[in-house]
Amino acid sequence: MSVVLSQEAPRRPAPAPASSKRRWTRLVLPVYSGLVLFYLVLPILVMILYGFNASGPKRVSFRWQGFSLFGYAHLFAKPDLTAALKNSLFIALVSTIIATILGTLIALALVRYRFAGRTASDFVLFMNISAPEIVLGASLLSLFVSFGIPRGILTIVIAHVMFNIAYVAVTVRARLAGFDRHLEEAAQDLFAGPWVTFSRVTLPLIWPGILAGGLLAFALSIDDFVITNFNAGTTQTFPLWVYGAVKVGIPPQVFVMGTLIFGFGVLIALLNVVAQRRRA
Amino acid sequence: MAAGLQQLGKPKTRLGKRLAPYLLVMPGGLWLLVFFLIPIFFMLSVSLQTGNLEEGFTMTWHFHRYVEVFQQYRPQFVRSFAFGTIATAITLVVAYPLAYWIAFHGGRHKTTFLFLLLLPFFVSFVIRTLAWQFILSDDGILFGTLKSWHILPQSFHVLATRTAVISGIAYNFLPFMALPLYVSLERIDRRVVEAASDLYANKKDVFLRVIFPLSIPGVFPAVGDYVNASILGGTNTTMIGNIIQLEFLQNFHYPVAAALSFILMGVLLIGIFIYARVLGARSIEEYV
Repeated sequence: MSVVLSQEAPRRPAPAPASSKRRWTRLVLPVYSGLVLFYLVLPILVMILYGFNASGPKRVSFRWQGFSLFGYAHLFAKPDLTAALKNSLFIALVSTIIATILGTLIALALVRYRFAGRTASDFVLFMNISAPEIVLGASLLSLFVSFGIPRGILTIVIAHVMFNIAYVAVTVRARLAGFDRHLEEAAQDLFAGPWVTFSRVTLPLIWPGILAGGLLAFALSIDDFVITNFNAGTTQTFPLWVYGAVKVGIPPQVFVMGTLIFGFGVLIALLNVVAQRRRA
Repeated sequence: MAAGLQQLGKPKTRLGKRLAPYLLVMPGGLWLLVFFLIPIFFMLSVSLQTGNLEEGFTMTWHFHRYVEVFQQYRPQFVRSFAFGTIATAITLVVAYPLAYWIAFHGGRHKTTFLFLLLLPFFVSFVIRTLAWQFILSDDGILFGTLKSWHILPQSFHVLATRTAVISGIAYNFLPFMALPLYVSLERIDRRVVEAASDLYANKKDVFLRVIFPLSIPGVFPAVGDYVNASILGGTNTTMIGNIIQLEFLQNFHYPVAAALSFILMGVLLIGIFIYARVLGARSIEEYV
């Protein structure tokens, strides 16, 4: 913040319009953008840093107590936290597979066909994405309560597929927009059946879009708190466990697990970028 | 031979073509129907019932509940909409120059900046909010250090105030705002934006057509948030989400909680309706 102030202070009283615009784009905007990007990653740096805070096994203190690898050495020392993380990974995997298939099919229909109900489908996807999570969670819980369905892993998976379908459909659809249908027609002209056309021509072409949709679904699922909180019953997931621990104190393992998940996610994303660059 | 085959296959293909989109939409559509649309009606139904967890709930068409809960929780409603709107406005103001700069002046490192913008998505939402609690806490690395240097008075605190909750919400929605803004700005022809002759008209156009439509839907999720209020807030920053959560999951007052959620849903529907009316139904298609 002080950087901006000190740079702006000696500004000449009446700068020429052209040079003031240049200063704006050369100096003020980059410095500002850098500060905003720093603000965005600041909590991530804090998470990584506090994973190393030497404040004992019970709770990480706000105050910095020195460097320690305790959290890394005793990563799985909290059995219920480990179990919650396992639940999260299982739920994310299952719900991602289901949502990716269902969402991709919807995207295919929306991109290639004009059909009655297309606008309605768009509207439902829009509503699903922009509805407050709490409304999605509370309404689904109303359904389960009305039928006396016990909450647990199954209801969490149902909920996660529900909020992921629209995201997958939208992502895949965006990637499908530039898809050349002539390639399919060419395959059919060469007497390829619909199944062969799909598996040999369509699928390889839209695969990057499906992968992107699937990764997004996985990330949203493993991260979800609000909707899961409503439909979990007594089952714990990683975000639920962390939220529950806020009042009693966060053990160092939470920050370490968060750091490892972060590192893993960034690694996969970078690999994806590299793979796409190589293909192009 | 080939012509014969094609003719034989034709009627079947035509029917198949007509059915194809419905068959493709059906599985996902059914899932959304059963677990997204129908539950909204069940929420409405639960909200009109009376009873308690032990004796069960029965339908009594208790419409008056809506008046009761609205009167009882009016401060939380007002606060939620105020926080949501302020946070969205702040996010827009903060995100727009950043998106503009990346889109038009990002240069060779554009991908890197976009990647930085995406980084928060790799950390759990709850942990990010928790990290803000650590940053903003009275004796944490930021304020604790400033206080020990006597730059800030000992009584200074941000945690458990409105400022903490609003900035927490604004932080969480920053990437969600900046990314679509960037995508839209990127699409706009630079020369048109920079043309000096009709600069004013274009800027207004850009605001009305691009920035405004992109920022409005951000208000809805912000209003329903309760994690920021719960982790960063205090007793006088309770939002409607906190009440819904408390009534549903701790007090088991299902009808009260369902009525509160339904009011939120109703406001959202009205919002979407106005949005579609003012900006045209196409804007929804484009947004999705």
